[in-house]
Amino acid sequence: MRISVTVDGTTYTDDVEPRLLLVHYLRERLGKVGTVIGCDTSNCGACTVHLNGYSVKSCSVLAVQADGGDVTTIEGLSRDGTLHPVQEAFRDNHALQCGFCTPGMIMQSIDLLAEDPHPDEHTVRHGLEGNLCRCTGYQNIVSAVLDAAQRLEAKQAATQPDSAEAVR
Amino acid sequence: MTATAEPEIGKARVRKEDEHLITGRTRWTDNIVLPGMQHLAILRSPLAHARITGIDVSAARSMPGVVAVFTGADLAAEQGSLPNAWQITEDMKAPAAPSLAVDTVNFAGEAVAVVAARTAYEAQDALEGIDVDYDDLPVVLDLAAAAADEEVVYPELGTNVSAVWTFDSAEAGTGGDVEAAIRDAEVLVQRTFRQQRLIPAFMEPRSVVVDPTGPQLTVWSATQIPHILRLMLAMTLEIPEHKVRVIAPDVGGGFGGKLQVTPEEVIALLVARRLGKPVKYTESRSESMLAAHHGRDQIQKLTLAARRDGTVTGMKVELLADMGAYLRLVTSGIPILGAFMFNGIYKFGAYHFTCTNVFTNKVPTDAYRGAGRPEATFAIERMMDELAAELSRDPLELRAQNWITHDEFPFDTVAGLTYDSGNYEAATEKARELFDYAGLRREQAERRDRNDPVQLGIGVSTFTEMCGLAPSRVLGSLSYGAGGWEHAAIRMLPTGKVEVVTGSSPHGQGHETAWSQIVADQLGVPFEDVEVIHGDTQSSPRGLDTYGSRSLAVGAVAVVKAAEKVIAKAKPFAAHMMECAEDDLEFTDGRFRVTGTEKAVTLAEVALAVFAAHDLPDGLEPNLDSEATYDPENFSFPHGTHLCATEVDTETGQVHIRSYVCVDDIGHVVNPLIVDGQVHGGLAQGIAQALYEEAVHDESGTLINASFSEYLLPSAVDLPKFVTGRTETPATTNPLGVKGVGEAGTIASTPAVVNAVIDAVRHLGVKDIEMPCSPMRVWQAIHGAGRPATSDQGAAR
Repeated sequence: MRISVTVDGTTYTDDVEPRLLLVHYLRERLGKVGTVIGCDTSNCGACTVHLNGYSVKSCSVLAVQADGGDVTTIEGLSRDGTLHPVQEAFRDNHALQCGFCTPGMIMQSIDLLAEDPHPDEHTVRHGLEGNLCRCTGYQNIVSAVLDAAQRLEAKQAATQPDSAEAVR
Repeated sequence: MTATAEPEIGKARVRKEDEHLITGRTRWTDNIVLPGMQHLAILRSPLAHARITGIDVSAARSMPGVVAVFTGADLAAEQGSLPNAWQITEDMKAPAAPSLAVDTVNFAGEAVAVVAARTAYEAQDALEGIDVDYDDLPVVLDLAAAAADEEVVYPELGTNVSAVWTFDSAEAGTGGDVEAAIRDAEVLVQRTFRQQRLIPAFMEPRSVVVDPTGPQLTVWSATQIPHILRLMLAMTLEIPEHKVRVIAPDVGGGFGGKLQVTPEEVIALLVARRLGKPVKYTESRSESMLAAHHGRDQIQKLTLAARRDGTVTGMKVELLADMGAYLRLVTSGIPILGAFMFNGIYKFGAYHFTCTNVFTNKVPTDAYRGAGRPEATFAIERMMDELAAELSRDPLELRAQNWITHDEFPFDTVAGLTYDSGNYEAATEKARELFDYAGLRREQAERRDRNDPVQLGIGVSTFTEMCGLAPSRVLGSLSYGAGGWEHAAIRMLPTGKVEVVTGSSPHGQGHETAWSQIVADQLGVPFEDVEVIHGDTQSSPRGLDTYGSRSLAVGAVAVVKAAEKVIAKAKPFAAHMMECAEDDLEFTDGRFRVTGTEKAVTLAEVALAVFAAHDLPDGLEPNLDSEATYDPENFSFPHGTHLCATEVDTETGQVHIRSYVCVDDIGHVVNPLIVDGQVHGGLAQGIAQALYEEAVHDESGTLINASFSEYLLPSAVDLPKFVTGRTETPATTNPLGVKGVGEAGTIASTPAVVNAVIDAVRHLGVKDIEMPCSPMRVWQAIHGAGRPATSDQGAAR
């Protein structure tokens, strides 16, 4: 099947097998290897990307389902050399060790903050329940997301966008 | 430059490693694509024990995209036997361990055939075209039954017992006779604990790429041990060592699970060599859980002897340890690593340890975070709580009565080690304060008084561990197959920048940042000017890799020694440049200064002068580069006090961790940010053993929870916010005064949590709950007339 998908700002048109998973399309056809695969039961969330502005586990979406869609991966977050505030917060709070879960964790965190720009610790923990990390015990990830909320608020105050969508 | 720069050691430096990890510019093994590369898929046995009577691969060979299919018979002549590096006794039984099963499968998940195809999808599809005929054999699963040889895994051995290893303090001259201590005991506490089987569950599935083209056969692997892997592949497959290069690129966690020479690495290498083409194999998560080695799986029979005044007089330990079906790299030695730690921080006088290593038809066990020491710490810390309960004593007070006091170091233990330093009183006092120990005890009493359906429990774990593996002489005395040194090299570039080569191969620990901090202080160069190189046997040719909390206490000390050599080599050049005597020079903050003057040259200036080599002293080699190999004289002994408060719902069995405080003493701290991260992650894994995780097999030997849907890796909602504190008693056995922190959290936390769960319901007659303390088991313990709750089923959330 022929699909056309915009990924990190570039539009690609490809013939794909109907069974091809979005994550395999990203990694193997487009070379977007920043998005990774940690399980085969959609439990770990390492493959999380944004499809049309919302987080999805790209191992549970077929490439053909993304036809006509707009995908953002971890590789498309920092533009013009500037890190996304959530990326900065992950680094500054030591929210990663091996870094394998990190792409998915960051993408999910951005989605979570778009949904609720002022979460408390409980909300963050529940918002990340579908993303597994084996290194950090989650403590610094939770701190990073809470910190990122403040960074995003400060950034929004500076640029005055009027919708939460701008966060995504 | 100021007179004295602020030291880098001790700074909470944000990690150098993170930039590429947070932007997705990563180099995981599975990312690698090479020209002509074929993809592998592996057919695995669905049966735990069976004879292979026939394999028909003809259909698979003709499927789309398939270039080759190999069975064990095809590779039998060249695959050798996977290595075991630890012959713990002279008569240890170690059956041959093929990478691809040839005529028998001994665990469900064992590799039986391999397909090479153009794409991973096509390789996977072709597994359907392989037809294997099996004849069932009796399955050996239960550890106690296996030890009794009711059925045997290897009829040719006639027994399931691989080895029996013993330590006796009376025989070793380190203490008294434990049988006498038991005979004379006023109080005896006897318990049997089970260390359930766990799955390391690193987040990056294992992956290997092999390129057989080029002068060296190149192996990229998601491994903790590129150097050991190179040596072992060479020895196992009889390839000249210099013809093999191993690279560990970005590696996504290990926790001991990637401390292995795997069947998949051997298979990929052999197939690549046959095809003359690069190949890639990446396991699925389910395959990883089925076929990558597991951890723990021991039954501990314990006898603690004490006087009625609370003084512990001896401990006897009888272990059964499940090897699984084969002895992998260090399978046989894992329980032995625990043998030296069952005495914990205490100074009782008699100790006897015996371990029986037993084969079963399960995937092999091997290193998992802590490796032997969590099991030992669990045993002694649970027993101390049991003794406290028996004597109606406060568990902290009872421990204080028995522990080594700070003025008694160095202390020769009953298990034959010398603890160099420690201050258990200070760590415990700090933990008590952070925890509000007295306040929580009051609340516990109130809840008991009013018969609250939610009871409060307080769990204690005062632990120590041996880490910084390891003094080579000690490993030699334990018949381990290698030493425990580590290697480092420092290369001074003409511009004054520094390359540090380390033999310790990181996979999340932050070596690049920590080593940069250390070298910045040693050489007086900016943190940013240091590049750390690792994980490739071509650029980092010597090393013994990363495990056993050894990187800082061994690997970084090698870096310090190499830096000292750089300064020593630079000194005569500096003296020559300033026309003074070497004895007149002092080196501080990156400069050689003529004592008592402002006259100085920087190390960078010396490096440039040495590079140009136009005007150097006669007879000196124009080179500042230096290397060092450091072999520790002793282990290091981190310790700490962990306190856990749990709320146990007596109506549902649900356990909620209300607060968790740990005060760890890991000696000097290089980077507090990294240290806290290591502690958090360690705690999560230890808590997971206490409450959530267990590899569960059905009666046919099938792992029934071989996915993250059923194997309960804790998520963010399952863990509390930890309170971490530190005391700092420097190690005296290395120049950095560091001890290591990679495993401390895991080792200490499991008994703290289980002690807290038991403490919440002990007044209801509960003396033990088997791990993981799932709601079902806790409820059964409470409502089962105080009988220990055991079950073959896994935990349920």
